[in-house]
Amino acid sequence: MTPISKTLLVVAALAVAGCSNPDRFGAGSGGAGAGAGAYGMDGSASDPRSVAYFNQTVGDRVLFEVDQSSLTATARATLEAQARWMIDNTEYSATIEGHADEQGTREYNLALGARRANAVQEYLVSRGVSPNRLRTVSYGKERPIEICSEESCYAQNRRAVTVVAAGAGV
Amino acid sequence: MLRILTLALAMALGTLPALAQTGPLRIEIDEGVIEPLPFAIPDFVAENAAAADYAQNIARVVASDLAGTGLFREIPAEAHLATVTSFDSPVQYSDWKAINAQALITGAVSVDGNGRLNVKFRLLDVYSEAPLGDGLQFGGPAGSWRRVAHKVADQVYARITGEGGYFDSRLVFVSEAGPKNARQKRLAIMDYDGANAQFLTDASSIVLAPRFSPTGDRVLYTSYETGFPRIYLLDVATAARRALDEQPGTMTFAPRFAPDGRRVVFSLSQGGNTDLFELDLASGRRTRLTSAPSIETAPSFSPDGSQIVFESDRSGTPQLYIMAANGGEAQRISFGQGRYGTPVWSPRGDYIAFTKQSQGRFHIGVMRTDGSEERLLTASFLDEGPTWSPNGRVIMFTRETSGAQGAPALYSVDITGRNLRRVPFDGSASDPAWSPLLP
Repeated sequence: MTPISKTLLVVAALAVAGCSNPDRFGAGSGGAGAGAGAYGMDGSASDPRSVAYFNQTVGDRVLFEVDQSSLTATARATLEAQARWMIDNTEYSATIEGHADEQGTREYNLALGARRANAVQEYLVSRGVSPNRLRTVSYGKERPIEICSEESCYAQNRRAVTVVAAGAGV
Repeated sequence: MLRILTLALAMALGTLPALAQTGPLRIEIDEGVIEPLPFAIPDFVAENAAAADYAQNIARVVASDLAGTGLFREIPAEAHLATVTSFDSPVQYSDWKAINAQALITGAVSVDGNGRLNVKFRLLDVYSEAPLGDGLQFGGPAGSWRRVAHKVADQVYARITGEGGYFDSRLVFVSEAGPKNARQKRLAIMDYDGANAQFLTDASSIVLAPRFSPTGDRVLYTSYETGFPRIYLLDVATAARRALDEQPGTMTFAPRFAPDGRRVVFSLSQGGNTDLFELDLASGRRTRLTSAPSIETAPSFSPDGSQIVFESDRSGTPQLYIMAANGGEAQRISFGQGRYGTPVWSPRGDYIAFTKQSQGRFHIGVMRTDGSEERLLTASFLDEGPTWSPNGRVIMFTRETSGAQGAPALYSVDITGRNLRRVPFDGSASDPAWSPLLP
């Protein structure tokens, strides 16, 4: 007779949630794109060549309307500034993270986040940033930055965040 | 004297003898059961000392399986007028009629010197004063006693409803922990009723939407292990895993097996556009199935493998479409008001389950494969991601509560919309996938 209970390998079953995740989404970081300091190069926001300056003064993110991936006038203005900064600071590359709010299925939101990240990438490239310094990823609805279930939070979560890091290419 | 058939657990249920009788003890599931069928299941008889705990526990699991369907109602032991102390002694039917039990399940358990469990049971139709089907015997390691109990319950369910059971099955799902903006997600597996939960991955990467292979021994899922969503294949017995499609500059997700278990259909995003592809697991050869500027995702095969139902926003909003398994022109099947996603073809082939978003609410629903007879089974702030029981009669899904403290849990509902239940799990859980019946 065949043994009826299969042996399962239990992987790190005792890992304490929150302590085993070294990436920048660790508990309390405030969510994706908010922790560029994990790269150790953020510098001071008063230094215009720093990651902190890019995140805070240039603006690292653009927001989208419900179920849209087209860029608003505000978004285009932010991306113009991002493009100039990227052109002036060629020692950095960027990963553009596309996100969605929680009003949608997991799969659709992954695809929607991909559209949003791509819209930002295309815009930056159209303004002269080399495409080989940019890459995109979608988090769908997996990494909200605001956690209420109201439009005020959803509006902040429908975003594309340009995460810059040292390194000229990707 | 009743004949006792001995079957190895490893044998397929399909090899069981035909039902001996389809008398008045019968539930027609299609008709929408309003009054559950009352049954009694006294503790099984322990035939030796080592079997004492199992005799009681197995009867409890059988009772829980049956009552959990919403089709049956247990008459508790306190109401019983008789006890069963010997499996082979004749049953006094009048004792069970008097408490309005329509079905009586009796059983006996023994454990041999090698730790092997032997379980016999009978299903008796109280009003006909006759057994329904043959007595049956199951054997297996004592540690597998819950599976033995599920096998007994599957037999009872099948004999009374005329449909296959679903209790000896498992779920693979995502176990969630931590705050909403920094969720830790791990693949986990457990019995269909929440027992025997174990983790399959650690919490270092986001994992999404696992799917069983047609034989239940492998799992497809999406992981951010590389920093980008990619599809992986995991062997359940060893937890060994491998990436399936690693093209730089692309993201892959929403994988699902073809019924032959040799091909995988999935979504691939490149340059912001998401289309459907098929991957041959042996050769690694990838074939494009759709080519459109719209989003194409959440593919699911028909049980015969000839068609794929999927979600696309080519009309402007997400809707459901069916195309041939090798691609080509697709027919839209969803026409109601709202947004449709995550279609999943029933294992019986008769329905497609889906997620629907309408007027700020989420629903799990079913429709015929031509889009007719749409029926919404649930409504909440966020219900999504249906998966079918092996017999196509129950749907499990994710329900997430709203707000900063919002958290997901697994729920089940039957296809008539009755019997909504939370699946027990100690923690938050999402993205369930139901296995086929175990071998």
